[in-house]
Order: sequence, then structure tokens, then C-alpha cells
Amino acid sequence: MSMAVHVGAVGVARPRIEGRAKVTGAARYAADEPIPDLAYGALVLATVARGRVRDIDVASVRDMPGVLGVIDHTNAPRLNPEAGNFFGPDGGLRLLQDDLIPHAGRPIALVVAETPEQARAAAQALPVTYDEQPHDTRLFAGHPAGRPALTLFDAPADIGDVDAELAASAVVVDERYGTPEENCSAMEPHSATAWWEGDRLEAVDSNQGPFQIAFTLATLFHLPPERVRVRVDHIGGGFGGKTMCGPQLILAAMAATRFGRPVRVTLTRAEVFLATAQRPATDQRIRIGADADGRLRAIHHDATYEISPLAEYIEGCTELTKTLYAAPAIRTALTVVPLDILPPYSMRAPGAAPGSFALESAMDELAERVGLDPLELRLRNEPGVGPVSGLPFSSRNLVACLREGARRFGWASRDHRPRMRRAGPLLIGTGLAATSFSTGAFPSTATITAEPDGTFTVAIAAADLGTGARTALTAIAADALAVGTDRIRLRISDSAIGPAWGAGGSRGTASWAWAITEAAAKIRGPERPMTATVDTTQLLGDLASRERHAFSAVFAEVGVDPATGEVRVRRLLGMFAVGRVINPLMARSQVIGGMIGGLSMALHEEGVRDPVTGRHVNADFAGYHIAAHADVPDIEADFVPDDEPGVPWGIKGVGEIGNVGTAAAIANAVWHATGVRQRHLPIRLDRVLES
Amino acid sequence: MTTRSTISLRVNDVTHRLCLDHRRTLLDALREDLGHTGPKKGCDQGQCGACTVLLDGRRVVSCLTLAVAAEGAEITTVEGLAADGELRPIQEAFVRLDGFQCGYCTSGQLCSAVGMLAERAAGWPSAVTADVSPDGPVAELDAAEVRERMSGNLCRCGAYPSIVHAILETAARDGVTG
Amino acid sequence: MKEFAYRRVTEIRDALAAGHGGARYLGGGTNLVDLMKCGVETPTQLVDVRFLPLGEIRETPDGGLAIGATTTNSDLAAHPEVRRRYPALSQAVLAGASGQLRNMATVGGNLMQRTRCAYFADPSQACNKRDPGSGCAAIRGAHHNHAVLGWSPSCVATHASDMAVALAAFDAVVRYETLDGGAEIPLERFYPPVGDTPERETELPAGALITEVVLPGSAVAPRSRYRKVRERASYAFATVSVAAHLEVSRGTVRSVRIALGGVASRPWRARAAESFLLDGPATADRFRAAAETELAAAAPLPGNGYKVPLARNLIAAVLADLAEPY
Repeated sequence: MSMAVHVGAVGVARPRIEGRAKVTGAARYAADEPIPDLAYGALVLATVARGRVRDIDVASVRDMPGVLGVIDHTNAPRLNPEAGNFFGPDGGLRLLQDDLIPHAGRPIALVVAETPEQARAAAQALPVTYDEQPHDTRLFAGHPAGRPALTLFDAPADIGDVDAELAASAVVVDERYGTPEENCSAMEPHSATAWWEGDRLEAVDSNQGPFQIAFTLATLFHLPPERVRVRVDHIGGGFGGKTMCGPQLILAAMAATRFGRPVRVTLTRAEVFLATAQRPATDQRIRIGADADGRLRAIHHDATYEISPLAEYIEGCTELTKTLYAAPAIRTALTVVPLDILPPYSMRAPGAAPGSFALESAMDELAERVGLDPLELRLRNEPGVGPVSGLPFSSRNLVACLREGARRFGWASRDHRPRMRRAGPLLIGTGLAATSFSTGAFPSTATITAEPDGTFTVAIAAADLGTGARTALTAIAADALAVGTDRIRLRISDSAIGPAWGAGGSRGTASWAWAITEAAAKIRGPERPMTATVDTTQLLGDLASRERHAFSAVFAEVGVDPATGEVRVRRLLGMFAVGRVINPLMARSQVIGGMIGGLSMALHEEGVRDPVTGRHVNADFAGYHIAAHADVPDIEADFVPDDEPGVPWGIKGVGEIGNVGTAAAIANAVWHATGVRQRHLPIRLDRVLES
Repeated sequence: MTTRSTISLRVNDVTHRLCLDHRRTLLDALREDLGHTGPKKGCDQGQCGACTVLLDGRRVVSCLTLAVAAEGAEITTVEGLAADGELRPIQEAFVRLDGFQCGYCTSGQLCSAVGMLAERAAGWPSAVTADVSPDGPVAELDAAEVRERMSGNLCRCGAYPSIVHAILETAARDGVTG
Repeated sequence: MKEFAYRRVTEIRDALAAGHGGARYLGGGTNLVDLMKCGVETPTQLVDVRFLPLGEIRETPDGGLAIGATTTNSDLAAHPEVRRRYPALSQAVLAGASGQLRNMATVGGNLMQRTRCAYFADPSQACNKRDPGSGCAAIRGAHHNHAVLGWSPSCVATHASDMAVALAAFDAVVRYETLDGGAEIPLERFYPPVGDTPERETELPAGALITEVVLPGSAVAPRSRYRKVRERASYAFATVSVAAHLEVSRGTVRSVRIALGGVASRPWRARAAESFLLDGPATADRFRAAAETELAAAAPLPGNGYKVPLARNLIAAVLADLAEPY
């Protein structure tokens, strides 16, 4: 092993390893895998928001060309009700188990046929009748069904005397902020192909964590975990929407079992909207009290959001409120309202995206009322330790992000009064937001094998959603083994490799890198084993208790046409403190992508429900707008020096932080341009239009 | 009623004989019958652009093109962009400038970019062209023009700025060829 | 999608002979194929008309243009004479859809496209246009982007075409062929009022084939403009759009044409605003008052009232632009 020539790969900007495959069409995604003797499944979704299936007239489609059969609640395999997700048992997984319809868009049947066209035609022709029941799909704070959320994380906080501090405050902001249902909308619709190989259930599935998905699938089908294998090569984006064991996989497994051949189920775009997961709508109240000089006395953040009775879920809207600013009194609470809706689940920057919109809008309102530069307001309330926990921060470079961002953006020349700048018919405004997103790692296993040809096979059940995990982990493995990246053979995206955290919670790279680094240390250790497997569970438990977060500051400039209400983002700049950056090229792409997600959230995204039927009516890309090329300006993003002590390579996640704060920065800029606050997203033109 | 036809599809300079259900879209024929899985199905409704291919040199969405209606056309998919394994400049620029993350929209973005640059070379205006008159000087291909012309290709990862850089760089360096 | 037969034709008479019963003419397919996938359109046969000799744009003796029905939207928008004589038409087409879709879509197909009302596209919803007598889910439902002018209790959908708005402003005429011979109809009357028959979307006789769209010669059309407001900067249907041309001489309006998109079941020719302005002063106040005159007839629903001030502001802004000194 020659180590003399080794040059570190971590920290170097390199194009993606799979770049060539992705620009030539060679990269295979779940629906691209050639599988012989394939049959195709097409879903049938409930068209009522609550009720029971009265009848599914299977006989009327059974003789249609190519149809192999229909699976519904009368003949589906019985699933294990104990199967769940991160938050506990999940009734959303229990498809086709009974005639109950808990929400519109619930899969109620799968039609399987020889070709996709035949399956779809029969699914469309399948007559279904319902017994409809009254439904409730409307979220609002104070809803009688509201109750406290689970406290697994973002538990309620109450330090100091919020009411007394508010009463003693010179200035108080007390406002409500609302965010709508949003959809992850990865460009790749969920697709799964399942088949049996002997007594083992095999599946190719687009998901964010093959080990956890396989484990859930095994539980659902009453199988020992080793008899279920889930893998995939490339994943066309996830953003949270592919975290759970999706309906495509459950139904494909059912169909493969029933028809004894490989079955592919690829969701339509409408089905992705209606039957996978969504970010819940939120209704948040924020009260902030401050002295006349802008020093905070109290923050009270009450966030209400919707869930489904089928499953628990935590939209941790108040995490930032316990992190960003020093105040003698802080109170937070999460209230859930069970409604007849698709179960919400994590979407990029869960909790932090809607939570930061509320908190950072409120901070901007406070700056306005105190008469202070919004930047100065943040700097003036910088905490020394965790404002609620009292724990030290592992590292905290928010001030560096704010100051450097302000310098690059030219913030110093800003006139803080609203409606002072014009460009032709446009009103111009700027705004900022400070952000944080919690960071950490979860247990994972990695195996490294020294091959006879001098290469190293590095196996970990990670998933590369487009984050660059392949490239980053290859660099980490190379440096950990002190060899060139050309000697690393990385194997990921296969549940058979062993337990590993999925790509989610901004914890993928840190979790996986930890396991790889430890395995590499063993390989290089005194015993020089040919192969080494490491499980990091114990190591993670030894990590010191700290406030661990990534931080950033986002600056936006908008142009608003008051005659039409059109808002366009002219400039967007983000400075990030995300620990050590493994690959600046990819990390920059990822935070810019997050900021574009935030822009899209600010201006476009909204699941619209029919007020009478409670059904979504914009379940496609013509109705549910995500930002297009023309909506997105050139974006500047960069990193301040940062580290994460105690975590190998000093990694913090970059997956979510880009998305946090951008909506607030844009909303604040719209206020600065127009003088009108936008407390509800998206900032649609009818909300801005001036008569 | 005849609901199937035997047709010839010419894809990336190769002619294929296929007997197809008339319902089969060009996208599904490319993917399911010919194994060209580069073109992607993002929406199947003409609302995302991931399935973009070139049909007689023009960019189209293959999800709303019936395969039977594409008979007689020269079809180019992302697999046909790199002749003899050599990446085209636009492909090389996408890799180097990180013009994608998950890669799912990429083949559509690439085919769209190649088609778009040809449209531009033919003098076609766009919705952000200040003056569409054919008599004035041809406006520069700037970022705003590229963004408008590429807006039929959605990207959820948010690779837009890098894609625009890659296209502008390629256009400046290599003219219209992409 | 249901199964169907497919026939490609190269002669108009063959198209007409095939284009009856359950048959539909196939142009670019950008709307028809999508609606077939949704189960809204269920043709038994597609008659592919793209290879008919109807793809030309020719100059007419009066200085106008005749646009063949199978001309693609892209070729229409890029045509030098369209850009020179009717710039708002080029702008309108370029404001629609995406580069890919414009390369596919044809002029005839664009005129025949169906509403983008979400309830129409979903066979599980009540829709009088798709299923007469089933009701209109939009009126009591999510109608944020629905009509404010000319709608009826049976349907509140809008017409989605940008191109047709510009054609309405330019007094275009639609020519078509039937087995009984050819005929023509002004675009302004091509789309009938909604009334209680929203399923009847055009005045074309059954089986008729649009052959061309004729734009009359106009000295003032070169000074025309199309502006579209939408909820995304590109690749979105209009919230409200305006096509207009204006001729001002010594401060007085000598000629004006205004058509609105996104506000009604058809391109809305703003005749009342035009009459108000003609031979009067070309001032910002007058432009706004003209718009208000036109919109006095607007009857917004609870969820789309913003379209009225938006349309007013947009009309005023476009006219002000056009009134700027040459």
C-alpha cells in the first residue's frame, strides 16, 4: 500500500462520480431496471375524503385485454399492523386491509395487467361506489380536536415567565403565520418492482433508506428481515417524500405475491401528490417582546399543524425558536389536529421551513417596530449557550454568516424604511433571515474489504438521492484509508449491506461517514484485517451533550409589480456554517437547491383543496407550481469556516439548511418593497396586488 | 377496429420495427420497447420536460407524442447525444459545473438545451425578447433568455443556476452545436 | 386511456371522410393525448392531420396573413411576417406552454384546446362541460383561477389559449372545411357564449376541419403587445392576459383593439373599452376608466375577485406602454 502519494480528497471540489452516467442516460433509476416477465400495476385511489368502500365491481374489468387481476381489501394479503415509521405504528402503510377510507387519494385497489396501458385503462374503468361520511380537512389554531404533539423531539419548552416578560416589554409583536400543505415533488415518481426469488422477496424501489424500508416491508409481510431485500441504483430526488415504505412498494409486493411474477408499480404524478406524503399545513402564533433597544425579553411560539389519525408525526416548527436567540423567557408548544387527510411526513427542512418563516417574519416585524436594522436585531440577541437547554453549542457561527452575508449583499446601504426603492414600475425590497437546523448522526454499519487487487470495497446501505453521497463517501473512504479515490469501490443502496440510517434529517453523510471512518481505522489498525465491519451505535452514545446545529443567513432582493401583484426574486445570497465541507462543488449545489426550494415555497407552492369535497384539486405540475428556470435568479452561496467537534471530519448536514429561512427572507423583502406584511404562504399575486 | 400497428421508429440513427398498441407513447416505446431509459417519465402530462427528446431536430415532450405518430421522424434521445462515446460540450459542461443533482431531469434538460440552442441559432425570439421584430439586431443570448427558453424543464433539486451557466458557457464556446 | 384506431392522412378529403363519429383530429396532441390519458377524451379513432398540406403561412392580398392550421406554434411565433405585422400574436404564442410544447402544438389544435379547469380534467368530479347535467363543482369549489366575465351558473371555466387572445384582438377569421364545402367564421364568434350548453365549445359543425386562420391586413397591428400575468414566471397558464394594439395621433386614440385572456370561457374582446377610448384622449386616466367600463360587467366569485382589479391594471398598463412615443 503506497501512502506517500496520497493527496486528500475531502474538501476538494470534484464533479460527481456518476456524472457521466447521468448525462448520457446510462444511470438507472427504479423504473429503468430491465426485469424479465414483468407485469404492471395501476392504482385506484379513493375519490371521497372519508367513508367506506361500498363496492368495487372487479368483474366488469376482469376480462379487459391483458388484465391479470385486481387486488382490493377483499383479497389482499393481511399486513402486520405493528409496521410503522420513525414516529411509531403507521396506519398509512396498512393498504387494502379494510373498506375504510381515511382520506381522499387513499389507494383502494391495484389492477395488474400485462402492459402499463392495459393496467391503467382497467384501473380507470373500475367502477367503485362509496358510502360517504362527513369529513374535516380544514386546519386552524384552536381546532377542537387539537392536542399536544409527540415529544420525541422538539418537545415543548417553558423557561422564565413569558407572560410577565411580555407585559414588561416596550414592544410586542403578536401575529399569526400560515403555511399550506406542500408536496416534496421529486422529479422521479415513486416506482417499485417486486418479485420472489425462492423464499426471498426482492424489490427495486426508489427510496431514501433501503435498510429501513426493507425492514418495514418485512414487518408488514410477516417475514424475517433477511428474507427481504430492497435496492436501487439511482434515485430521482427524495426531499423526504421517499422516506417511508411507499404505496408503490407495498402494492408491488402484494401483487408479486399474488400473481407469482415480477410486478412494477410506478405512481402517476397525481398519485405522488395524493398518496405518498405531504408537508402539513401550519397555523402558528408568535409573540415576541423586546426592550426599546431590541433586546428580547420573551419569545412565545405556538405552532399548530395537521396530522392524520393514521399516524403520528412531528413538524418541529419551534426547534429554531429554542436555538436562535437569547431571551430570558421562551415558551414553545406543538399542537396537532387530526384531520381526514393524507398522513403528513417530513419534507425538506421539516419543521424548520414553516417554523423559520414564522419566527423570522416575526423578528422582522419586531425590527420594524423597534426601529432597528433587522441585521442588528439578530446580532444583539446572539446567545452564548442554548437559550433553553443551557448547553454549550458544539460550534456556532451564525454571526459570521450574518456579517459576511451582509457584506457581500451590500446590506449596509439599505434604507430600512419600506417602499423607498423603485425600478420603473417595480417596487424593490430586500430582506434577510437567520436560520438553524439541528445536526447529528444516527447508528449505521459499514464494511470495508481490502481486495487482492489493491482496491477497497466500501459497503454501506446509504442512498444517493442526488445529494452526492457516492462522491462524498468515496472521498471520505479514500482519506480514511489514505489511498486515492480510484482505489475505492463504493457499494450503497442495498438493504443486504446491513443497517444504516437513511438519507434524511441532514444526518446521512455524518452517520455514514462515521461508520466508514471507523471501519477504515480497523483496516489500518495493528491487526490489518482483510475485512472490517463497524456499527456506530455505541460510539454515538458516547458523544458529548451539546447544542448541535448548522446555521445560515439568507438575503433576498425582490421586485414587486404592485399593479399585477407579481413578485420576482432578483437576488438571493446565502452564507452557511455547516461544519466541514466535504465537497464544495456539490455542497454549494445542494444549499442553492435548498434555497430554490425555499423560493418556491415562498412564491408558488400550495396544495389546494376543494372546500366542499375536501379533495386536492391541483395534484399536478400545472396546478401545483414549483419554481421553473425563469423564477430563479443566479444565486450566491458560500461557506464560513466551521467545524463540528467530536464528529469525524467535522461534518454537519447540508441537506435541509438551504431550504430554511429563504421564505422568510423573501417575505421580509416583499414587506420592504411594499410596506405590506405577508403572513401567509405562498405570496400569491392576489395577496400582493394593489387596487 | 385496429388498435395496434407495426411501425418503424428511427432512434439515434437506428431503425427499429415494432408492433405497438396505439396508446403507447413515444416515451414508453423508447423506454419499454427499445430500452432507451434515458428519457424519463416525470409527469406523463407535458408538465415537467423530463421526457424531452429531439424529433427531427426539434425538442418535444415524448410523453404526449404517440409512438405511432412519430413514425418517419428522426428521433434523438440523450443516449444519442454523445457520438462514439465522446461527451458533447454541453454534457461535459453539465458534469463539470454540476448542472444536476439527482439527474432525473437531466436527459430532458440536455435534449432541451440542444434543441433550444438550435432554435436560438435560427433566430427564434422568446417571451422575454424585448422586441420580436425580425428587422432589429438579434439580442444576445443572456441568462434571462436561457431561463425563459428552458422553463419547460423543471428541476426539483434546484440545479437551475448551474444549468444556465453550463448552457451559456457552451453557447459561447461552441456556438449552436451544444 | 381507451383503445383507438389511428390513421394518418395527407389529403383534406380523406381527413373529412374519416373525421366523423367517434373520431378526433390529432395535431400536436399536447392537449388531446393528455385528456385521453385522463379519460376525458375517448376517441375511437385519431385522424392525424399533421401531414395535410396546411402548414404554410402565406401573405394575403390585403396585407394580411393566412396561417395554415397545422403550422406549429413555434413556426407561427418565429415567422418574420408574423413578428413584423402582428407582434402581439408572436408574443402571445411565446408566452404559452414551453418550447417543447410549442414545437408540437398546431394552430388548429390550439384553437380547439379545452379548458384547463381541474374539475373538467377529472372524471370523478361534477362538470357540465365534460358531462352535461352533472353540475359545476368549480362554482362552489376552488375557483381561484376561473372566469369573472361571461360565465353562467352551468360553467365558470376559462379558455386557456394565449394565441386566441391575440387573434381576437386582430379580428382573425377561422376557415374550415366540411364534407359539404368550406366556410369561415370570425374568431370573435368562433366560441359561443356559455349559456346552459358549456359542452358546446365552438361553432364548428360536426366533423369540420380547421384549415387556416386569416389575419386581415392592418396598418396599426405592428404596434401591438401581449402581456400575460401568471403565478409563475413561465410555463403556466394565464391568470389574466391582455392583447392590445393602439394608434394614437396628436394625443387622440385613432384605433384600438383590446382582448383579454384568463377571464372568460373565450378570448374576451373588450368592445366596451374600445368604444370608450376611440377618438378620445390617450391618457392614463382614460385607459383606467376604459378598463373599468369593460369590467363593469364582471361578476367574480368569492375566490377570484382579484382578477377584476388585475385585469383593469393590466389593461391600463399595456395601453400606457403602447401610447409611449414611438
